[in-house]
Amino acid sequence: MSTALAVLTAFFVVAIGLGLLARRGRDMNLEQWSVGGRGFGTIFVFLLMAGEIYTTFTFLGGSGWAYGKGAPAFYILCYGAIAYTLSYFLLPAVWRYGQRHQLLSQADYFAKKYESRALGVVVGIVGVSALVPYLVLQLKGLGIIVSEASYGSIAPSTAVWAGAAALVLYVVVSGVRGSAWTAVLKDVMILGVVVAIGVYLPIHYYGGYGPMFRAIERAHPGFLVLPARGMSPAWAISTIILSALGFYMWPQYFASVFTARSEDVFRKNAVVLPLYQLVILFVFFAGFAALLLVPGLAGADADLSLLRVSKATFGEGAVGVIGGAGLLTALVPGSMILIAAATILAQNVYRVVVPSATDRSVAIVARALVPVVAVAAVLLTLRGGQAIVALLLMGYNLVTQLFPALALCVGRRRLISAGAAMAGIVAGELTVAAITISGSSVASLLPAAPQIIKDLNVGIVALIVNVVVLTVFTLARR
Amino acid sequence: MPRTRFRPYHLLALLPTLGLLGGMWFANRAEPFVLGLPFFLFWIVASVVATSAIMWVVWTLDRRQPIRGGADDDPAEEEPSP
Repeated sequence: MSTALAVLTAFFVVAIGLGLLARRGRDMNLEQWSVGGRGFGTIFVFLLMAGEIYTTFTFLGGSGWAYGKGAPAFYILCYGAIAYTLSYFLLPAVWRYGQRHQLLSQADYFAKKYESRALGVVVGIVGVSALVPYLVLQLKGLGIIVSEASYGSIAPSTAVWAGAAALVLYVVVSGVRGSAWTAVLKDVMILGVVVAIGVYLPIHYYGGYGPMFRAIERAHPGFLVLPARGMSPAWAISTIILSALGFYMWPQYFASVFTARSEDVFRKNAVVLPLYQLVILFVFFAGFAALLLVPGLAGADADLSLLRVSKATFGEGAVGVIGGAGLLTALVPGSMILIAAATILAQNVYRVVVPSATDRSVAIVARALVPVVAVAAVLLTLRGGQAIVALLLMGYNLVTQLFPALALCVGRRRLISAGAAMAGIVAGELTVAAITISGSSVASLLPAAPQIIKDLNVGIVALIVNVVVLTVFTLARR
Repeated sequence: MPRTRFRPYHLLALLPTLGLLGGMWFANRAEPFVLGLPFFLFWIVASVVATSAIMWVVWTLDRRQPIRGGADDDPAEEEPSP
């Protein structure tokens, strides 16, 4: 066994071990399993929420975008910061309501707030439809990382199956506690690895950040600013807004709100998380450094830039550690996704379809669904598909459609009816589906519009349809 | 801490959004380099750092508000609307 493979295997085993140990001494009812018995303190909630910024998307997609597209990659740094300012006001209210009504999932929240189990089912289906591509994205990333870091000795498909099996094992046993425990190891690792690479590469190869960016600017003029067309400022602004609104609409992060012991956690997080996400900057540095060192990675292969430049620079052991960190960036979000999807399907679909179901049977169904969702995601992963960021953008468009209905019910008085919320969400999702399937852009929908309109993220169209439909419904009922 | 009521200083939390979104237009240039970063990237990094600072100020001011009891568990909150 090669050194890199041995290091990777060690990380894999430690992650599974931590995930399994996390259960210690807990009786796993559904509340423990899905939301950790609502007893997590600041650190665990922080790590679960920071999960959003350190996924394989950040690790591979972030460096891949810096490498392949340049300045447009910076949008990733922007939407998080904006989402955190929103979270300061939004999440304490969501938490209080969840605490009072013992909620376990995002769909629970909508069902209770709108007093409509049907809306809960719709929100649940939307959530699961977005979670599956997100899980596919994590697994795809895991396959790439393991196969690259093992110097090809493990095929991506083998890695994907092994990763999924590990997830199923510790998720079924420990639930969200497993996610939290492995998240501790993940964040320590990723912080160390990413900062080390992002500091070392520019200094080692270029003599500093300034010289590196100068060299890039010389070789690729205009690479470090947004272009006038395409991924222009209009594109960046619309994409940042959509992503910031969708940020906490992801079912797994929404549900992680319910794990907290107190609402103050979210206010502290809103202060610390913007700084913490600057780690992504070092991921960009790695991608930029790779641009002139390992040129020629086109299209989806740009996602390999961080690993390729690392392999060209470091020894096998270090590559194993980098791969191990990358492995964890897939496992932790992956486990949260599995828990959220299984909880929604059991709690918000199964319980509605079978009203006689007991809490115990719902808990059993939730765990039984974990391998089902995992296998579905593995099959989707292995059948290939789009590049990493494209998948994520579609998922983002799906969950962002939930934002208007949330914003209109989060206050003391809900402002629209369940029917209006449902109509808006369904219309928005159908628009997302139509746009995605037809491959439309604003430019193709409105060929005569000025460039600034044409460059808008097409997700904006779906959000507008959503808001218009829910407004019409609300006014018609008056 | 009790429920956050709207206070005028909460508007400070809009500054990061304005700075980041506005920056897509007016900071979108490579020169001058600041701390080794092209200006556009520097602007974004500075805005993100400022976001933490601003949210710290908002949080600190919120913590100074007098603690109110009772209102949090106001059952009226669950009153169904339309």
